[in-house]
Amino acid sequence: MKSESFTAFGRQAGTIFVTLVGLLILTFCIGRMMPVDPVRAIIGEEADQATYQMVAERIGANLPIYQQFFRYVSDLLHGDFGTSIRTGQPVINDILHVMPATIELATFAILFGAGLGIPLGILAAVKRNKPIDHVIRFLTLIGHSMPIFWTGMIGLIIFYAVLDLVGGGGRMSDFYIGLVPETTGFLLIDSLIAGDWEVFWDAVNHLLLPASILGYSSMAYITRMTRSFMLDQLNQEYITTARVKGLSKNRTIWHHAFANIRVQLVTIVALAYGSLLEGAVLIETVFSWPGFGQYITNNMLIGDMNAVMTCVLLVGIIFIALNLLSDALYKIFDPRTR
Amino acid sequence: MATETLNAQDHAMPTLLSNPNSVLRRLLAVIRELLGNPSSGFGLIVISILLLTALVAPLIAPYDPNVVNLGNVLQPPNAAHWFGTDELGRDIMSRIIYGTRISLTIITIVSVIVGPVGLLVGTTAGYFGGWYDTVMMRITDIFLSFPSLILSLAFVAALGAGLENAIIAIGLTAWPPIARLARAETLTFRNADYISASRMQGASSLRIIIKSIVPMCMPSVLVRITLSMATVILTAAGLGFLGLGAQPPLPEWGAMIATGRRYMLDNWWLVAFPGGAILIVSLAFNLLGDGLRDALDPKQH
Repeated sequence: MKSESFTAFGRQAGTIFVTLVGLLILTFCIGRMMPVDPVRAIIGEEADQATYQMVAERIGANLPIYQQFFRYVSDLLHGDFGTSIRTGQPVINDILHVMPATIELATFAILFGAGLGIPLGILAAVKRNKPIDHVIRFLTLIGHSMPIFWTGMIGLIIFYAVLDLVGGGGRMSDFYIGLVPETTGFLLIDSLIAGDWEVFWDAVNHLLLPASILGYSSMAYITRMTRSFMLDQLNQEYITTARVKGLSKNRTIWHHAFANIRVQLVTIVALAYGSLLEGAVLIETVFSWPGFGQYITNNMLIGDMNAVMTCVLLVGIIFIALNLLSDALYKIFDPRTR
Repeated sequence: MATETLNAQDHAMPTLLSNPNSVLRRLLAVIRELLGNPSSGFGLIVISILLLTALVAPLIAPYDPNVVNLGNVLQPPNAAHWFGTDELGRDIMSRIIYGTRISLTIITIVSVIVGPVGLLVGTTAGYFGGWYDTVMMRITDIFLSFPSLILSLAFVAALGAGLENAIIAIGLTAWPPIARLARAETLTFRNADYISASRMQGASSLRIIIKSIVPMCMPSVLVRITLSMATVILTAAGLGFLGLGAQPPLPEWGAMIATGRRYMLDNWWLVAFPGGAILIVSLAFNLLGDGLRDALDPKQH
């Protein structure tokens, strides 16, 4: 028994290792395919041939391609992710600086998405093929099919330009920028620490619209999955038994069916949280939100190679980690997989 | 005698492909079933309209999509311009009509790349198994560990912005789910009797894969491709919107929204109509895909 789980662990570790190596090869290829000369990017267009040679030698641009790859990996292992050509800062510092804005946005979006998506999914499953089920399924279908950047713009036109209910682009109004000292990078937390309620409510006002639109797209996914998990349970015989035994409908739904899908729901929400990165790329551009998504797109548009490679690598690692986490959750909470 | 029975069994499997007449009849039956359900009927009709519009765009577009008319800029929707005009006085409806050609090009090329590649990788991995299977599935896993928009973004950044590169990038990111599906399907009937029968008759692996396995994977792969077209439309529009896909003045819907963005707060029609077109087409592919699944593959429902 022990050795069996040990082999399983070994196989798992092997798989992760191979996937990580593949990921590194992929990011390296993307970096090398980019139409940017890394040496020219450092020394500029005017530098002479001698400087060019010297810099090329120092960063290893004239080595054979496989040696460049080993150099890239060894730099990464030493914690060196390269320097951003645009800002001159180490890429990893830049990313740490923009991450809180995205995490703040994504966390509110997932609260919205899961908070509405799970109850709606259960409701749709319980009232299967009733009008309410059709309405919910239609809403999730729209959430799946809408271009999120467009929904963001329509939201801005209606709620900002016409109704003036929410703030416009950015994390806060221009005249508040710089008022609150940056302690954690999370604006809501920072403004609370500083005790500045005005900034706090302004930030909430700016967060509301992008977070709910981003949340709508994950709500669509969570609702759909919850509905199908719940239907799977409700169609099983133990539910009929419970009802025949005289258990109330509510108790059957919450204490039996729902109790059995909790693990699946946690993993779905974890994966949905990761997928918000994708929507964030578009929503952050629409709302001028200074986060990770905007950082990726800006660097891609100007061709900042080191920054692009590191961002892509990071996204890959986040997704691999989320998948592992959801597997692990299954193993911990579901006794049948032990 | 024995070979004849085996032959009969071998042919018993792909009846749906053996006779052109029955293919036609089955196609008609599927279309009838799709039209019988309001939601998949809507999907089928919208996509047929999309095809027709792209075909006869010059005939039905009221104006030339690229003619600049600076005396007539930013007109709200009116009798002469149903969807209004943009910042250069171009008719938005005509641009959306011509935009169908770009969307259709993207969809066609992507499915022509993605279908065969996914099928080839998936069926061979499932059929041969062993280390080849492991290698192929690890590669698919790496591609699948990215959200498709971010991976396409990275490829476009590497290849350079533009419509052709956007199509290549989307194609590169869209094949892994199909390969996964084709492999899973292949595994379920790799050991079926009719496969063993044709192997005993001396059919080569290639022949077995092409003649006996690929046709059996087709229904679910077709459903999957139709559903992923909804995502492809959104990704292409997203790339166009970020300035990495089709470039202005091409009337690609995402790029139209990107240029309209500067004027949107006072001129809603610049973004509302192209975005609505994206939403409707993506919705139609989702509905058609769900309908096809019910029609072709009742057991999955």
